[in-house]
This record gives sequence, structure tokens and C-alpha cells, in this order.
Amino acid sequence: MLFIVQTALELGFLYALVPMALFLSYRVLDIADLTTDGCFVLGAAVSVVMTAAGHPFLGIICAMIAGALAGSVTAFLQTHLGVPSILAGIITNTGLYTINLMVMGWSANVSLLKTETIFSMFKSTGIAGSWHEVLLAAIITILAGILLLLFLRTRIGLSVRATGDNMDMVRASSINPAFTITIGLMIANAMTGLSGAMVGQYQNTVDINGGTGIVVIGLACLIIGETVLGRRTIRKGVVAAVVGSIIYRLIYAIVLYTKVVPVQGLKLITAIVVALAIASPRIKEWIAFQKKKNGFVKPTGKEEV
Amino acid sequence: MLNIENISKTFNPGTVNEKKAISNLSLRINDGDFVTIIGSNGAGKSTLFNAIAGTFYVDEGRIELGGQDITYLAEYKRSHVIGRMFQDPLKGTAPSMSIEENLALAYLRTAEGMSPFSYISKKDKAFFREKLALLDMGLEDRMTQPVGLLSGGQRQALTLLMATMITPRLLLLDEHTAALDPGTAEKVLELTKRIVEENHITCMMITHNMKQALELGNRTFLMSDGDVVYDVKGQEREGLTVEDLLLKFRAGTGKDLDNDRMLLST
Repeated sequence: MLFIVQTALELGFLYALVPMALFLSYRVLDIADLTTDGCFVLGAAVSVVMTAAGHPFLGIICAMIAGALAGSVTAFLQTHLGVPSILAGIITNTGLYTINLMVMGWSANVSLLKTETIFSMFKSTGIAGSWHEVLLAAIITILAGILLLLFLRTRIGLSVRATGDNMDMVRASSINPAFTITIGLMIANAMTGLSGAMVGQYQNTVDINGGTGIVVIGLACLIIGETVLGRRTIRKGVVAAVVGSIIYRLIYAIVLYTKVVPVQGLKLITAIVVALAIASPRIKEWIAFQKKKNGFVKPTGKEEV
Repeated sequence: MLNIENISKTFNPGTVNEKKAISNLSLRINDGDFVTIIGSNGAGKSTLFNAIAGTFYVDEGRIELGGQDITYLAEYKRSHVIGRMFQDPLKGTAPSMSIEENLALAYLRTAEGMSPFSYISKKDKAFFREKLALLDMGLEDRMTQPVGLLSGGQRQALTLLMATMITPRLLLLDEHTAALDPGTAEKVLELTKRIVEENHITCMMITHNMKQALELGNRTFLMSDGDVVYDVKGQEREGLTVEDLLLKFRAGTGKDLDNDRMLLST
């Protein structure tokens, strides 16, 4: 059991920055940013390749920069070229496949053999023993979360939030929405890249298809977290991303361990959960309407004689 | 102050929906003028405001504000000096952000030279509180609450405050009290009058209430078919009644003033 919890915490923290990035793009900016899948692999690829070259720390930083650049491409497509936001993300995502292969030296996967990673380096300090991976991932993720919260309270952070909240107002208050969308998507994708970078070094490998479905899983985590904590404030949203990620990985680990559901079935279940969660307001409306309709007594015409 | 020369704007040119919203409109507004604007449905009142604010660029003509040519200046850049309010009270504020955060956004207009990474300071908060107290709606004690919890009237009053907190060169009010209940509308209008007078703001206000159009401000425009057909100020305006205005309109356009909401309000 402890093993399951430990695995869940490890993966939960490692992947938590994806739902956090989606919180920024989907909830705060109100943009469904589908750059995520490719961006995650991009982060992992940059990080693993740089680690193989002996620069694990630089690898993490470069992965974030690469993620931010991917985000800026998506932002440019929608703010300056009029590409619908969802399509902009898909286009960038498709292009990233080639970029990722290029980063990985045109091979579909790259593995690290006995190379120092940030995790092995942290392990050798002896802090936290066998929990060193959990601790390091938690530190990085929580730090990123705090920085994001601090950012969202600055003047420019307020502008980013207002862009997703009321575009009319933003234009009328001397904020350039193209600029705030770009900033927001760059930060979101830098976080996705950071998550990919950590996962790459944690698994000592990167695969070109390693990001498939990450965006839906990230949304599932965010929704789980929001269901547990409620979604009112910015702070709750950021915490919800982390909590949701850990809960999701806990469920994942339990399924993997107990085999109640075949592991291959998890993505389908995740997809259904996300679809239902996003559809829930509409479903509730429909149920309420049906109740109202059934409570309505149909005039038969017989009474009026 | 505001100098508009021969502007035109056609929407959907070359299609069946082609609509010439503004045609060869010229006007000149002086510093400190408070202009009320009335006109039929589709006369181009809101289009004129959008042209001034930069929601779109005009097809022809020139717009100058305070001696600066703003014809091709981006909308968000014009917002530095132009304050705007819409009929829909939801349009002017960000619902999920708190009152003080909304005010901080409006305050951004002066933020030039201020770091974009700076926070709302204690001094800012004290300033916001002082301004909110002027509204006399108790909002100064609810500064950390999300704006979405406020009523339409409160939101509109807040928007007014945001639009005028940094005195704009020009304030555009597009029927900003029309969606409020009469009592609240009265109050927001009072506030508008007071703030505009105290800060000597040059102001243009669209209204469908003809009595209001004559009572408020120092100048009135009648608009029809994308142009100003009647411009009245000074002594001529003082003795003017609603009936006179209707006659002027018919004389100017050969039509009756038809604005469904105008007919319903007296």
C-alpha cells in the first residue's frame, strides 16, 4: 500500500504542472490550448538530450524555454493570424512532432544510461532517502505553483486574468489582448515543458509518443481537484491542479496494482470522465428540464365539457 | 479637442448585407463639452462611438483627439485617453476578479513607467477605497469580493469609476443607464454628472431619453442615416423642448424620429 501511495505521489507531483498549465490556459485565459501533448514531449526531449550531454539543470531550464516558445507560436497563430484557438494548438502540436524528432536526433526514443540526472544528484545528497524523487518533484512543482500565484497578482498577471474574464473590458482598459494571451500561453507551456523535463529525467527516457493524451489527463486531474476543493479563487485552482493530479495517479496506481480494470482501459475511462465533467452543467440542465416537463399535466380535453 | 473630418464606414461591403453605417460625418467638439446624442435606431450613434474608440478603423476620413491624429491608432492604445461605458453593465468589469483588482486594472492606464510585475500597494488600496466611498454604495467595505456578486447598478457605478479614475480626455457613454431600473439609473446618472463636472471631462453621451438629452450637458446632436443632422448648443438649446426637437428632426430628415425605446420613455 505504501508503495502505491509513494508511486502516486511521485507521478502526481511530476505531472501536476500539466493540469496547472491547463488551469492557466483553460480556466484563467479561457482558451483550450492543445499544444500540450507535443509541448510535453518537447520538454522531455530537450531535458533528456541535454542530460545525456551532461547538463541536467540546464536541460530543465532549456525545456521550459522551449515550451514557452511553442506556446508563443500557438499564441501568434491565434492573435495575429486569426487561426481559431483550438486549431492553433493542433497546428503547433503537429509541427512539434517533427521538431521533437529533430531534438532527439531523428530517433523515436532516447534513453539515459548511467547519466547523472537531477534525481540521482538529489539522491546522493542523502536527504529523504527513498522518498527523494517525491520530495524533489514536490519542491519543483510547489515552487512553480507559488511563482504562478505571485505572477497572477501582479499588474500584468491581473491583465492576463482579465483577458479570459472579460475581453470587452480588456480592450477598453488599454490592455493589448494579443500581448496578454501570448504571455499566458508562454507561461502555461513553459510549465508543461517543465513537467515533461522532470518526467524525462525521472524515467531516464523520452519517447516521441510519450505525450499522447496528456492534455485530457491533465484536464481530468484539474476537474478532479476542482471537484474536491471547489473552484472559486485562483489559489484554489492552483492547489486543485496538484491535488487532482495526485488523486488521479493514486487511482491509476490502484488500478495498475489491483487490475480491477485493465490498464489499457484507463485512457478511455479518463476520456469519459472528462467529457462527463465538462458536460455536467448541460446534463444537469437537461435533467431539470425533463423533471419540469414530466410534472406538467398534459391537457386531455376531456375535463372541459 | 475632438475633431472628426469626413469619416465613413461601410460594413460588409460588396455583400447583400452591405450597410453604410456612417457617411461623411464631420464634427468638432471643444474641450469641456458635454454632448448628448439622440437618433433613430440604426442612425449610427454607437458606430460613431466605436469609430472614435477604435473598435474598427474608418474607411475614409480623419479622427483627431487633443491635436493627435488617432485615425490608425490601435483600440487598446486609444483607451489610454478614452474612457468608455456600455449599456450592458456586464461589459465593463471582470466578474471573477475582486473590486480592487478591477480598479487596479483601470489604474493600469497610468502605469507607464511602473513595473508590470508590481503589486497593488497599500497606497493604491487606500486610493481605491476613497474613490469607492464617493459612490456611496458601501462598496469600499467589499473590496476583496468578486465583482460578479454585485448588482447591475453597482457594476455600472464601478465601471464609471474605472473609466474616470484617471481623468480621460474623452468619455463615451453609450446609453449607460438604459439597462438599469429607474432608481439605480437616476443614481448612476447623478454620479456621472458629478464626476464629469468635477473633473471637467469632455463627454459624449448617447441616450434615448429626449428630456434627458436636453437637460444634461451643453450641446445636443441629432443623428440620422450615419450623420449628424442637427447640432444645437448655447442659447438656442436652452429654450428647446422635446416637441421642438421632434420638429427639427422632421425638418432635417423628412422623417419621424423612430426609436422604439424612445417612444416608450417620456
